[in-house]
Amino acid sequence: MAQPPSPSRRGITDGAKSVAPLLLGVIPFGLVFGVVAAGSTVGPWLGGSTSVIMFAGAAQLATLQLIDAGAAGAVVIATALVINARHLMYSAALAPHFQEFPRGARFALPYIMTDQAFAVSIVRFGDVTDPLYKRRYFTGAALALWVTWQISTVTGIALGAQVPASWSLDFAIPLVFLVLLIPAIKSRADLVAAVVGGTIAVAASGAPYGLGLMIGAVSGVVAGIVTHRMAT
Amino acid sequence: MTDAAIIVTIGVGTYLLRLSFVGIIGTRPMPDWAMVPLRFVAPSVLAALVAPAVLLREGVIDLAPATNPRALAALVALLVAWKTKNVAAVIVAGMAVVWLLQAII
Repeated sequence: MAQPPSPSRRGITDGAKSVAPLLLGVIPFGLVFGVVAAGSTVGPWLGGSTSVIMFAGAAQLATLQLIDAGAAGAVVIATALVINARHLMYSAALAPHFQEFPRGARFALPYIMTDQAFAVSIVRFGDVTDPLYKRRYFTGAALALWVTWQISTVTGIALGAQVPASWSLDFAIPLVFLVLLIPAIKSRADLVAAVVGGTIAVAASGAPYGLGLMIGAVSGVVAGIVTHRMAT
Repeated sequence: MTDAAIIVTIGVGTYLLRLSFVGIIGTRPMPDWAMVPLRFVAPSVLAALVAPAVLLREGVIDLAPATNPRALAALVALLVAWKTKNVAAVIVAGMAVVWLLQAII
């Protein structure tokens, strides 16, 4: 069901339009992150700068949470990179399309890769062949999200300074992760991974160096693989 | 290790994960031994982030609404997340339950 290729110059707006509905979920996430960054021990400037340096919401939140909890630097880094490891999958799936892009674009565009930009692009790329259109489509989608993320982060930091601790706004962090968790569970093996990951993370919460999250996550992945193997 | 060094290292590492196949490895398909574990990273990491934050109070499991309103609020938020998948709705519902419990108990 290939559609006729659109003119390549429409790529940027097409990409931005297709990602627009997903931005509604990005804004509250960015606001929450900003509020957290404002109250973090790393301070609002360094905390907020993660939006530019990492540009990866879940990893940004986990990083500040672990640093605030006094976790060892190596554990913070390893945990954040495990959270972002899913980008390997996106990169592999996009590689055949990006191969047609100029070298500069192949190295610059991955910086603005996100779950959302990947999701809309990989669907669209199945329908079009024009490399210039693809490049602009990805750029439009990813850049719209980047700009939205920066604005909502900065807004959250500005608001965060005004929010009293009695509002328990830090509770919004697990709430955001909860919204991301539901669509991540697509099979029985995913469910087993989540249940084991959560349970072990609770059991290991007292582990030294802030390793509890990592121990939980790795246990969940192993449980998922075992369940997957038994099913096939 | 300074906080800034930690953050920059994660930033560089994250960029390299994104760049991996499109910039360096190329179009070779990812082997199964790498693909299968990656599929389970999202559900297990996210659950590992959520569960301790809502079930523990001062390091101990506490499900009583009177002392740990977050457990019950998270349950309500889970149902809203299931039904709507809407970030704003889940945050509003979860925060509302916490505030309500804090006000009445």
